[in-house]
Amino acid sequence: MSQETATAEGGFWSDSGKTGIGSWIFSTDHKRIGLMYLYCVLSFFMVGVLLGVLIRLELIAPGPTIVTAQTYNALFTVHGVVMIFLFIIPGIPASFGNLVLPIQLGARDVAFPRVNLFSWWLYVIGAVIVLVSLFTGGGAPDTGWTFYVPFSARTTTNVSLAVFGVFILGFSSILTGINFVTTIHRMRAPGMNWTRIPLFTWSLYATAWVQILATPIIAITLLLVVTERVLGLGLFDPSRGGDPIMFQHMFWIYSHPAVYIMILPGMGVISDIIPVFSRKPIFGYKMIAFSSLAIAAAGSAVWGHHMYTSGMSDLGVMVFSFLTFLVAIPSAIKVFNWVSTMYKGSISLEAPMLFALSFILLFSIGGLSGLILGAASTDIHVHDTHFVVGHFHYVMFGGTGFAFFAAAHYWLPKYFGRRYEEKPAIIGWVLMFIGFNVLYFTMQVLGMEGMPRRYYDYLPEFARLNFVATVGSWIMVAGILIVLWNLWRGLLKGEPFTGNPWGGASLEWSIPTPPPTENFEEDPVVTHGPYDFKGAGVP
Amino acid sequence: MTNESAEHILSYGKLVTVWVTLLVLTAATIMVTRVELGVWKVWAALAIASIKSGLVIAFFMHMKYEPRLFRIILFVALFTLAGFIGGTFFDVLYR
Repeated sequence: MSQETATAEGGFWSDSGKTGIGSWIFSTDHKRIGLMYLYCVLSFFMVGVLLGVLIRLELIAPGPTIVTAQTYNALFTVHGVVMIFLFIIPGIPASFGNLVLPIQLGARDVAFPRVNLFSWWLYVIGAVIVLVSLFTGGGAPDTGWTFYVPFSARTTTNVSLAVFGVFILGFSSILTGINFVTTIHRMRAPGMNWTRIPLFTWSLYATAWVQILATPIIAITLLLVVTERVLGLGLFDPSRGGDPIMFQHMFWIYSHPAVYIMILPGMGVISDIIPVFSRKPIFGYKMIAFSSLAIAAAGSAVWGHHMYTSGMSDLGVMVFSFLTFLVAIPSAIKVFNWVSTMYKGSISLEAPMLFALSFILLFSIGGLSGLILGAASTDIHVHDTHFVVGHFHYVMFGGTGFAFFAAAHYWLPKYFGRRYEEKPAIIGWVLMFIGFNVLYFTMQVLGMEGMPRRYYDYLPEFARLNFVATVGSWIMVAGILIVLWNLWRGLLKGEPFTGNPWGGASLEWSIPTPPPTENFEEDPVVTHGPYDFKGAGVP
Repeated sequence: MTNESAEHILSYGKLVTVWVTLLVLTAATIMVTRVELGVWKVWAALAIASIKSGLVIAFFMHMKYEPRLFRIILFVALFTLAGFIGGTFFDVLYR
């Protein structure tokens, strides 16, 4: 595997001379599918950002400002549905997972390339159905992304079509999970034993198991909501013997593990970036790898912590609260190991590393505020307030979102053969970081002061902080636009990106740039670990 | 692996036996609903359903003759499902 500079030849971009849209939407090449996912999730991310900005604009001052109450309900529902089901869940695994995982294992593609393409098509079909649901029937759903009964069973908005779209998106996620588990078990190159698998791929392995095991639960739950609406079965209606809390159980049995579908790949990205930009092997490789599995396992048993005020049994509340604290252990293992990796390292503060470092801080704030919500006694005071909104944005956006941008700055130049400019990337990151904290930390303070979430209007004493939060959203969006514009311009027209400029030791850095269609000119034999920089011969 | 599976082609006799057992268990599921068992009614239904799925998985889906890794994977899935059901019932029983 020699280092080559194949930018001029175009690698997989030329794909034996095939061109046109057909060579993409019917391609089974994992890199093309990964890029198609990337374009889709980024598009939906921008839609979600726009909706988020509109929510914040409505809340800039008390009383009606730019939309009606009904439109506001639709705005926060669609913002949640788009961001969660169309951006964060497929965000890192389906885009960067597809781009990077087979190469990191030394494989020519995933185990089931056609299933991989099918999964992208299901994603597109599901997304189209969700979008159609906004403009047809009774209009955009107004239930919140959680679709809680009994309201979701009774509202006249287009809930049935929206949840059917989410149902299809679930199958896309399951197929990606099955593909990744099989690929990791069956397609590793000679010498790629389990302790030489890069930690990004390890995190995708843990994620894939959650995708396979938990996603069917949301599928059946949402179908039950449709049957409740269409056939009036009474499954969740107490007046007909149903149990609305059962819906919350079933919804969160998926949707809490889904949090780990979102965050685990982000943690994997950080585990790959920190050693490269610290010029040091990762500290505690095995502990980080196994902590991904531990997070996936423990995270699947804590769904009840979303339901402390639902009327669940007191004993159930105590047990779920206890289990929730267990998740903090493997999460903390990762954070401590990342910090230990940097200790006495030769740290290089380039864009991927800056996003990775901010991930550690923001995820830690999100995680620690999560402990306030995980403890039943304190949760009751801040349940359904803006504190919760601030908390999960710290984890989901401060964590997964920043990891997504870290991955984009780290890996995309490898696939495009061109690089972005460093200065605008750093300016964008600074604005994102400042805007993020102004927006979401303020939300947490508002929540502590008692401002409920999902309310169209609020008391005058919350006005000042709401104004501050809205200004924060403008700063953050300015940063996002600069970062995306810089990436877009750089990857298409920037300086050539050749060789291994970051100095990575995992397999993707040993092949030509951009990677050839089947990744490896000859089957690789792995002789060193993914963070063994000396073994890989990089300085 | 393919060869290993191919060596275990089940006889019609065995397949029919499993099928008849499934039919008997289906009848048992219906009969259980007519017996007053209180809270145990759900457990009885779940137990019968578990045996039925076990038979389908073992014989019709060939899991009895598959490599150990596949059986471990199946166990993980079943363990997880049991955890999901158990956690939910735990709340219902103590509510």
